[in-house]
Amino acid sequence: MGQILLSAVSLGLLWSVLVLGVYVTYKVLDIADLTVEGSIVLGAAVAASMIRGGHNPAAATIAAFFAGSIAGLVTAVLHTKLKIPALLAGILTMTALWSVNLRVMNSANVSILRIPTVFTAFTNLGVSKYAAWIILGGSVSLLLVFALYWFFGTELGGAIRATGINKNMVRAQGINTDTMMIIGLMISNALVALSGALIAQSQSFADVQMGMGSIVIGLASLIVGEVLLGRRFFLVRLLSVIFGAVVYRVIIALVMEFGMVPNDLKLFTAITVTVALSVPYISAAVKQRAGARDGGGHA
Amino acid sequence: MLKVTKLIKSFNRGTPNEKLALDGISLVIRPGDFVTVIGGNGAGKSTLLNCVAGVFPPDSGKILIDDADVTRLSEHNRAKYLGRVFQDPMMGTAADMTIEENLALANRRGTRRTLRWQIQADERKRYKEMLAELNLGLEDRLTSRVGLLSGGQRQALTLLMATLRVPKLLLLDEHTAALDPKTAETVLDLTEKYIKQSALTALMVTHNMRNALRYGNRLLMMHNGRAVVDVAGEAKQILEVNDLMRLFERSAGEELASDRMLLAD
Repeated sequence: MGQILLSAVSLGLLWSVLVLGVYVTYKVLDIADLTVEGSIVLGAAVAASMIRGGHNPAAATIAAFFAGSIAGLVTAVLHTKLKIPALLAGILTMTALWSVNLRVMNSANVSILRIPTVFTAFTNLGVSKYAAWIILGGSVSLLLVFALYWFFGTELGGAIRATGINKNMVRAQGINTDTMMIIGLMISNALVALSGALIAQSQSFADVQMGMGSIVIGLASLIVGEVLLGRRFFLVRLLSVIFGAVVYRVIIALVMEFGMVPNDLKLFTAITVTVALSVPYISAAVKQRAGARDGGGHA
Repeated sequence: MLKVTKLIKSFNRGTPNEKLALDGISLVIRPGDFVTVIGGNGAGKSTLLNCVAGVFPPDSGKILIDDADVTRLSEHNRAKYLGRVFQDPMMGTAADMTIEENLALANRRGTRRTLRWQIQADERKRYKEMLAELNLGLEDRLTSRVGLLSGGQRQALTLLMATLRVPKLLLLDEHTAALDPKTAETVLDLTEKYIKQSALTALMVTHNMRNALRYGNRLLMMHNGRAVVDVAGEAKQILEVNDLMRLFERSAGEELASDRMLLAD
């Protein structure tokens, strides 16, 4: 049981980098960006292929980060310049990335088994595989939380946040909302690809199918974090993203331990997200109906 | 200051729903003019303001601000000349951001957004003083979310934001129409105060005849996308609601049939 929890926590920390990326689009820019499903694989594919080709794992990981930002740029241009709805723009990029990822890997998957990765430096010091994931995954996501906290407190970051809230106001203040969307989507997908690179190195392979359902996992983690830590100060909200990603993995590990078949996992996650997203609406509707029954006597 | 020449704007061009909103209107506004714009529904008041602000491009015609041709300039690129307050109090501010963050965004209108911290310490002091002048108790709520404010408070804040960085031209698009009469009066008085304080040039759209007469030094009445009445200075000062209606009937050649204008008090 201890081993299962350890593995869940470490996996959660690697995924929390992706969830931070989803936070930037879903919470800051207020769009659901499906590019994620392709850019996580792109990050994994770039990192794994480069590592297999003999490149430095750290350099490969950084290259994955930049590859992801380009995927975000494509979605952003489709959305802002060609006026394609954000959801559809993400689907188009995601679909295109399937072919791109196969090109990058030259096959459906790339194994980097027994090849040194970014985690090897830690395991060489004698720590376990999971401990290496936790140390690196934890420090990368903490570093990113502080970086994002700083960035969204700057003039540029503030303008991006405002763009997600009220584009009219932002334009009236002389800010190009298209540019803000582009920067936000690039940051988001860079983080997602970075997460993909770390995940690929932790499992020693990249697979073209590994992105399936990743956006829903990201949303589920966001919701778990928000439910547990609430919507408080910005820094706490960002930390709750990491927390949510970890708790989500622990929940999944526990339900599997209690006998859930892995094939049912995506159904379980989808239902969880549906319930969490609809609870505020349903409870408001119920309250309204109750109010109507009472004749609005005590509003 | 503002020079509008033969501006034409139609919506749904080439469809059965085509609507000519601006029919070749020309207009020259001198520095320091406070122009009130009045007219019935569909007269083209808001369209004129939105064309000046760059929300949509005109079909033809020219818009010059301070001799600079801005006709084809994008909305965000001409924001450096303009302070704007909208009819909808929700439209001028970012609800999920704090009062000081909103002010800081407005304080950088027309400048490059850098990686400097979005609010500097000395700004905060200035914001506090300016908010105190509003007499709405906002000076102690710099870090409150704007979404928590009332419509009147948000509109007063938007007005402050529009004038924080002195604009060449202040555009007010029925900015008190969504407020209750008492709050509307407060915001209007505040508007006049800011305009006098910084000797601003302003264009204020209103559907309220009495306000159109009471404020400003020049009155423009629009009808079917054209300016049909244009009075300034002393001639405007002695004008009353009845005169305005007669003037309108003479110029437009028809009776004033907008309940909204007549019934508004």
